[in-house]
Amino acid sequence: SNPFEVKVNRQKFDILGRKTKNDVGLPGVSRSKAIKKRNQTLLKEYKEREKSNVFKDRRFGEYNTKISPDEKMIRRFTLERQQNYGKKNIYNLNEDEELTHYGQSLAEIEKLNDIVDSDSDTEERGTLSAELTAAHFGGGGGLLRKKASSEQQEEEEKPKSRKELIEEMIAKSKQEKQERQSQRESALELTEKLDNDWKEIQTLIARKAPKSERKDKAVEKPKPDDYDMIVRELGFEMKAKPSERMKTEEELAKEEQARLQKLEAERLRRMRGIDEQANKKKPSHVSADDLADGFILDKDDRLLLSYKDGKMNIENEVEGEKDEEEEEEGGQEDNEDDEESEEESANEDEEDSAANSHSDLESDLESEEEAARNEEQKKHKTNENKSQSAEELDPKIEAAKAELPYTFAVPESYETFKSLLTGRTIEQQLTILERIQKCNHPSLAAGNKAKLEKVFGFLLEYIGELATLDLPELRTIDKLVLPLYNLCQMFPEAASDSIKFILRDAAHDMEEVIEVKGRATFPGLDTLIYLKITSLLFPTSDFWHPVVTPAFMYMSQLLTKCRVTTLEDVIKGLFVCCLFLEYVSLSRRFVPELINFLLGVLHISLPKNQAQGYAVVHPFRPVGKNLELLLVSDKKDLDSWQKQNLPLSIVTRLKETSTTEMNHIRLSCLALCFDLIKKCAVLYESLPSFHEIMHPIRILLKQHVPVQEYPAQMQEWYHSALKELENKVKHYTPLVCEKKKPVPLKQYTPKIVKVLEFGRKQASSKQEQERKQLIQKHKRELKGAIREIRKDNQFLARMQLSEIMERDAARKRKVKELLGSLATQEGEWKAMKRKKWKN
Amino acid sequence: QLPTGLYKKVLVILHDSILPYMNEPTLMIDFLTVAYGIGGAISLLALNGLFILIHQHNLEYPDFYKKLYSLLDPSIYHVKYRGRFFHLADLFLSSSHLPAYLVAAFIKRLSRLALTAPPEALLMIIPFICNLFRRHPACKVLVHRPNGPEDMSEDPYIMEEESPSESRALESSLWEIRSLQNHYHPEVAKAATVLNQSLSEIEDDLSGLLELSAYELFDKEVKKKADDVALEFEQIRGLFGKKNDIFAEHFALD
Repeated sequence: SNPFEVKVNRQKFDILGRKTKNDVGLPGVSRSKAIKKRNQTLLKEYKEREKSNVFKDRRFGEYNTKISPDEKMIRRFTLERQQNYGKKNIYNLNEDEELTHYGQSLAEIEKLNDIVDSDSDTEERGTLSAELTAAHFGGGGGLLRKKASSEQQEEEEKPKSRKELIEEMIAKSKQEKQERQSQRESALELTEKLDNDWKEIQTLIARKAPKSERKDKAVEKPKPDDYDMIVRELGFEMKAKPSERMKTEEELAKEEQARLQKLEAERLRRMRGIDEQANKKKPSHVSADDLADGFILDKDDRLLLSYKDGKMNIENEVEGEKDEEEEEEGGQEDNEDDEESEEESANEDEEDSAANSHSDLESDLESEEEAARNEEQKKHKTNENKSQSAEELDPKIEAAKAELPYTFAVPESYETFKSLLTGRTIEQQLTILERIQKCNHPSLAAGNKAKLEKVFGFLLEYIGELATLDLPELRTIDKLVLPLYNLCQMFPEAASDSIKFILRDAAHDMEEVIEVKGRATFPGLDTLIYLKITSLLFPTSDFWHPVVTPAFMYMSQLLTKCRVTTLEDVIKGLFVCCLFLEYVSLSRRFVPELINFLLGVLHISLPKNQAQGYAVVHPFRPVGKNLELLLVSDKKDLDSWQKQNLPLSIVTRLKETSTTEMNHIRLSCLALCFDLIKKCAVLYESLPSFHEIMHPIRILLKQHVPVQEYPAQMQEWYHSALKELENKVKHYTPLVCEKKKPVPLKQYTPKIVKVLEFGRKQASSKQEQERKQLIQKHKRELKGAIREIRKDNQFLARMQLSEIMERDAARKRKVKELLGSLATQEGEWKAMKRKKWKN
Repeated sequence: QLPTGLYKKVLVILHDSILPYMNEPTLMIDFLTVAYGIGGAISLLALNGLFILIHQHNLEYPDFYKKLYSLLDPSIYHVKYRGRFFHLADLFLSSSHLPAYLVAAFIKRLSRLALTAPPEALLMIIPFICNLFRRHPACKVLVHRPNGPEDMSEDPYIMEEESPSESRALESSLWEIRSLQNHYHPEVAKAATVLNQSLSEIEDDLSGLLELSAYELFDKEVKKKADDVALEFEQIRGLFGKKNDIFAEHFALD
């Protein structure tokens, strides 16, 4: 375009990579465009501003809303037809209606059909054949012409008209086209055929080729030398590496101590419940030396199967425990090393405690021989095995041991598991379990883990079953806990799941009973044993633990929901109290239910109508039935009482015992209660409201318990408990809230943001960005609109001015004309006058 | 004048099935007043009807709060109507025009009684007390007394005092809640530690906690998934074979 019309916006600095939109403008062009547009729109409006003519729409029913559009169309159509009816074809519109296809008239399409389909010959698209050019344009260069002329020689013999020539040419080109098409088709067919053939052959080649290659290689490869082989073997041979030296005993002890310290620290952290997230890392309870075979070498006092002088050496452990018991009972214990005598003394003890055990023992002894072979042994046997002298035991055990296979498959169901264990002695059961564990260690086969996890569940169930027997086999359970512990160490998840399952079942049962009857009863011994086992397997001091916390909840329900109606209930309740105390012994957590229950137990040991100054809570009542459960008024029984350990099996067979014994048990319960109170006092002395917690118990102990009537031993328990309660200092300091971190004031320091990309708006949230864009757009539009309006006004003003000037000019001209004519008139008139005057 | 069972049955349905259909509900005043005076669970139940009369029929009940205060005894956390009672108590204590000594006495008594409460009740009563603190900031001295006497040999609060004004609750501190921070249930301990800091402004919602049952609580705990189970590291020697086992002292494996 004209360089004078171009305006260049000069840039001060050239910036690389920046796109400039408005560097070149055409002000003249755009101005003329704008003026033209205004002439068409604004000017027209301006000129018609005083016109009052209105356009009238006379179309039929255009503004009539009552008629539907379809009807409207029909009426219009009929009107049109009526108008056209009279006229005969002169200016006939729409006489032959057009047929259309996809909106295009068919007539036009038919016309286009004659055009050569250029798609069919793709190779020569756009180029014209020589003949065609020759015919249409008279040919190109000389070469073409020659060729054309040679072809046309014969035709020239008899001259043809132009029409004929063209027709011939058309026919020729069509023929060529057909030929090309047929060629292409045949080529396609051929390639297809070739492909098929190749596929058939290919399979043959593919099979053969590698074989032949391998043969070639085998031939080519030279046979390795003997020498070479030796050299290589030497290279790969294991060299003796320096192993770590054996650790001395001290070092081992030190390591063990360090490990225990670490574990303890971890336990404390869990207890406080700090960084529950942070301690997600695996608890490394397994020592570095552990082969992960479930075989723990941590402590030497573990129960191990060992032989001593050809005899089995299992009894030591059991006797150790018995020793303790005997010491407590005040029985004389002579610490002889001789096994026999110890065993005999143990035997005597058993006879003392269980009145009916002697006859059982006798009958069992007789059946021992056949029982060794016979798998259908009775459960008593395992009970009594312990008390037998070593000589009698030895040959039998050895015989039985010989029968035990060394490998065990993991039982698939509980029934098979049970049949595997029942009828065996405790030791045999332990060996069986150990062997099952070892033969199916998870590192040996893939599925072993799941199998062994099942064994844990079976073992738990088995223990539960043993506990629910009429005569609970607690000794067996005592031993079976060990493999349970080992399995638990191997599979913590499975173990926790199965114990949780048991707890959930128990709680669910209790909830159902409460819903139906409105009150619950204490569960059987098995559940209590499970709760005890829980405390053995899992750390009970954790702030939160997947198994222990539900166990806590369950025990709390036991102490608050279950009615205490019999002496068994009292024993069970006290057992749960012991469990609670054991659970919180390290963490020293506060258990209100425990205190309530102990208070209740004390309450039922008092004569009726003494409740003053304290309040007992559910499940105990200040008045009503089941009071005086623990009240002993028989003077003789009081005197003859000796502190004894409550046998657990008593909860199932209390009815058989005599009243004297019942009274003794009552007193033992009371003693246990005093002891628990003492332990609670020690445990909770650090609580700020210790005295408020213990207040009702203290009142009861001081004012209501008939101390003087109790035997001396009981008085001892009582006084030690009371002393523990009394001698705590009362010390209260007012509470002060923790200091809050002060909230910092808002300041005007600049916000520093990292620049990620220059020249672009910093990425904020999407909504913010959109908002900014909208604001920008609005600004731009507003400016544009103002500019437009301004320009419109200028245009109008210009128009008005030009109008005025035109008008003025016209007037001037007219005035001039008038003045001129007047001047001539005057001149003529003067000339006439002069003439007259002359004349 | 009625047997206890019938009393309870009548009082349970009184507020929504009897009172709205009576022409003159004020006739029930005597009945309810007597029931309220009986004590125990019946008093708790009569509270609901009384509330409607006070609220909608302009009943003036002398020493209402004193009576309510004396209703609080250890059994309120154990009875069936716990949810209902605390819902009403929340309503009664929601007025911000109550004197601080009264509210403080209620707070102190409730928390003292909470020392014997089961966990499901504790989970409800601790937010309840927190709400009371929010409504009555004057009571915050119970948890925050920066310049108080250093050592006290006795809790100034008098539990046995019948009237809230004489109980000297405002001179005391909430040592009970501090004790509950050591509760065995993790949720309770967590809830109790809230009072260590200054409270947030927004009140806790009690509606979900009022009817909490022990079994629900247990179920919630059991269903929690833990990806890692901590184990006991102390090697065991038998069922009672732990160090210092309490059981070994008192029970025998027979």
